[in-house]
Amino acid sequence: MVVTAFSIVKLRNLFSVAILSGIFSLLAATLYVLLAAVDVAFTEASVGAGISTLLMLATIAITGEYEKKSARSTLLPKFIVIITGIALIYGTLDMPMYGAIDSPPNLYLIQRFIEQSGSEIGIPNIVTSILASYRGYDTLGETFVIFTAAIGVLALLGRSANRWRPGLKANNAQKTDEEEV
Amino acid sequence: MNNHSILRVVSKFMIPFILLFALYVQFHGDFGPGGGFQAGVIFASAFILYGLIYGIENARRVLSANATRLLLVFGVLLYAGVGVASIISGGNFLDYNVLANNGPAGQHLGIFLVEFGVGTTVAATMISIFYVFAGQDN
Repeated sequence: MVVTAFSIVKLRNLFSVAILSGIFSLLAATLYVLLAAVDVAFTEASVGAGISTLLMLATIAITGEYEKKSARSTLLPKFIVIITGIALIYGTLDMPMYGAIDSPPNLYLIQRFIEQSGSEIGIPNIVTSILASYRGYDTLGETFVIFTAAIGVLALLGRSANRWRPGLKANNAQKTDEEEV
Repeated sequence: MNNHSILRVVSKFMIPFILLFALYVQFHGDFGPGGGFQAGVIFASAFILYGLIYGIENARRVLSANATRLLLVFGVLLYAGVGVASIISGGNFLDYNVLANNGPAGQHLGIFLVEFGVGTTVAATMISIFYVFAGQDN
């Protein structure tokens, strides 16, 4: 993953950058499988490695294949990134060990979910029952986020796509005719 | 992509299985990993594959841009509608217990409908974003 990340930063060919970010997502998905988070891994593989790579490729097809060289100095951004990285690593130092039984996430709600969701919801996959039922508001919000994303893209780019539809074209042609008259 | 006969044949062979797998992920999400988000993305990827290989115009003929917009709204309304339905049945917003005779049955029904709404919205979003992006270079 580290090698992929550095190659993404270094490469100027955007096509290989898009493919490499897909590979990065796939590696992240395998990491989630190792951490026993199968649902998250599934999402990462389908969204990160699949759709977003594809959308990036579609964007590259519209724009250019090569990144422009920026004239500015990269020293300050590098400095900020390194400081942030050190701070993040320092922050992980006092996190509980992976799978520790006394870590805060394992102590409170999760036990209740594991013990009660079988009788309350009756669905074997606890992740689904948490996502769709206990945290139904959150998932509704996420659905609205996706909806908003689609609305945003359609509002920005959708009109130009409409122009090629034959019906609208005829209307537009009529309009210009009337204006000329 | 008209000349790539291998791609055309293989994708034609794959697309039904991708759609079937998406439906499996959608409706098997209660028992295994998966759910609306993943299923929607997989479902959309089948359409995107079709659009890439056979051209965006043919893909629009299968599922028109207006249909994706309708599905987009339908998914969100289905999710929110389940919430409203549970208010009408006498519970809180998104409280599925009141949707059927007993608690778990109501939860099953509610989760099923909600996941279906999520899947529809995600699939329609991805397909319409792809349509818009791919339509730019015409």
